[in-house]
Amino acid sequence: MKNTLLHITLIFSLSWAYAQPSRLVVQPNGKIATIKQAIALADAGDTILVKPGTYREGNILVDKSLVLVGENKPIIDAEFKHEVITVRARHVSISGFKIINSSVASMHDPAGIGAEEADFLTIKKNEFNGTFFGIHISNSHHVTVADNTLKALLRSDHETGNGIHLWQCSNAVIKNNFIHGHRDGIYFEFVTNSVIDGNVSEGNLRYGLHFMFSNDDDYTNNIFKDNGAGVAVMYTKNVKMINNRFEKNWGPSAYGLLLKDIRDSFVENNLFDQNTIGIYMEGTSRTSFKSNIFSKNGWAIKLQASCDDNIFSENNFQSNTFDMVTNGTMVLNTISHNYWDKYQGYDLNRDGTGDIPFRPVNLYAMIVERIPTAVLLWRSFLVFLLDRAERIMPAVTPENLKDNFPRMKPYDIYI
Amino acid sequence: MPRIIKYVFYDILRTRFILLYTMFLLLSTIAMFQLDTDSSKVILSLMNVVLMVVPLVSVVFTTIHFYNSYEFIELMLAQPVNRPVIFLGEYFAVALSLCFAFTAGVGIPMLMYGSGIHGFTLLYSGLMLTLVFVSLAFLSSVLTRDKAKAIGVALLFWFYFSLIYDGLLMWIIYSFSDYPLEKITLALVSLNPVDLARILMLLQLDISALMGYTGAFYKDFFGSSLGVIFSTSVLAIWIVLPVAIALQIFKRKDL
Repeated sequence: MKNTLLHITLIFSLSWAYAQPSRLVVQPNGKIATIKQAIALADAGDTILVKPGTYREGNILVDKSLVLVGENKPIIDAEFKHEVITVRARHVSISGFKIINSSVASMHDPAGIGAEEADFLTIKKNEFNGTFFGIHISNSHHVTVADNTLKALLRSDHETGNGIHLWQCSNAVIKNNFIHGHRDGIYFEFVTNSVIDGNVSEGNLRYGLHFMFSNDDDYTNNIFKDNGAGVAVMYTKNVKMINNRFEKNWGPSAYGLLLKDIRDSFVENNLFDQNTIGIYMEGTSRTSFKSNIFSKNGWAIKLQASCDDNIFSENNFQSNTFDMVTNGTMVLNTISHNYWDKYQGYDLNRDGTGDIPFRPVNLYAMIVERIPTAVLLWRSFLVFLLDRAERIMPAVTPENLKDNFPRMKPYDIYI
Repeated sequence: MPRIIKYVFYDILRTRFILLYTMFLLLSTIAMFQLDTDSSKVILSLMNVVLMVVPLVSVVFTTIHFYNSYEFIELMLAQPVNRPVIFLGEYFAVALSLCFAFTAGVGIPMLMYGSGIHGFTLLYSGLMLTLVFVSLAFLSSVLTRDKAKAIGVALLFWFYFSLIYDGLLMWIIYSFSDYPLEKITLALVSLNPVDLARILMLLQLDISALMGYTGAFYKDFFGSSLGVIFSTSVLAIWIVLPVAIALQIFKRKDL
């Protein structure tokens, strides 16, 4: 009996010693000189520490559960010929590298880090420079992408891939990344139950965030600035958009936020500042827009007639050229208790709410909607007269699109 | 010529109209700044003053002044002074006093409350419009001997540029909305100093809206240094041309 026990203890301790993850060190002039060599030598669960230097090894395939750690940002350079790192295993972590110069190809989308079926993948504190796609993850769950910097070489639309691209994932966390110069900053397709938080996505050629068929996600505290077309959220439901800043998306089809066929979502506490169009929405229903600030936009909200059951309340509309515009006469949305800086009514009972309703859609906004060149006559005396006449007797603007309880003073909203 | 300018200037000060005009601008600008904390909204209200009131006052004041000093002009013509000197003396005296009134009335509150680049553009377009409408008023004054008729013509200029012209422009935009109109509208806008001044202001205040659709074209044009040179020179033509024509008429006119 005693003997058996000893044996068991021995076997356990031995196997434990065997399974103990080891640490391999890669150094340009060391025993292991390449990352590929280290991966070949390593067992699942091992850590590979890469010392500073430049590693030009073509494509690096990670097919075991490994932890790759870079010391002082070692450079991994694919010399524009390959995908830099390819991950095909679960529980992989890659952090502290400078990943540069992937190839450019639209057939198989090479990336800085390309991962497929890589659950529990962690990508942290890396720097991506001149990669086609920055991070391309598909069919993976519980992935974390945090504190990375991604900068693409500014090229034309078809020569640049997306910054962080997720396809068919769930429970992903995208946090505190900085993305610049890609086609879409962050791209989500069929991604569910995920969080996008604290990222800065600016100067991208198309969308800062492109979001499709991805439900039950939150995106919070992000900054989307100077992107070619702003942010698009399409064909989805149950999305929470809170505390984001949408700034300076200027251009003929640039939107702070483009909502298309989306329902049961929340847009709260966001700032829409200096966009050509703050929010453009079509096919949007049962979505709440609350406590947002719309300032200095060309059009704060373009509400297409295909939207219904949305609630706009407690928002501040300040210094926008046009507050709201629509393309139909039917109004199926609720607009109330907002602050409009163009409101000229009075408040006799001093309850902070104006006594006469405010109509956010003005005639000239409708005309400009139909004939864009007419924007040239905005603020002329003629237009002023037309608007006044329309306000007294609404003929073109939808009669029912009005805020019955306009607020006299702006809300204190902190973002 | 400086002496004539001096005499006319004293004469203008004596009527106290310029002082009233300055006070009106000063008080209304201060009131706007007091009522509203958002300086861009103040600029917006001031813009309406600049586009409507400034041309109107310039045009009416100048015409009335010209006819009131008819006797003075006749007296001066009896002296060995040539006609262009008298005429331009009158012009500069009136233009300078109106410009001074506008700068003091709007500029001082702006300096007090601070309004940055928007305010500067506003001041610039206000001064340009003052000069343009003084020129137009001189033209209408030399066209006829009858004071009431001249005021009528001057008012018509004002009415045409601030309302009728925009109506025509809108009609053109409406009727030809299927065609690319950017360059044509740009040319048409140059034919109206009030529109030109207004667009310079729009580029400051509604830049986000202008960036959409065709607006980007105007932004590129007027935002560039070429655009600034273009708009300034077109406004300069609007100042010089009416005065030049008026001068030619005045030279040969039987007073």
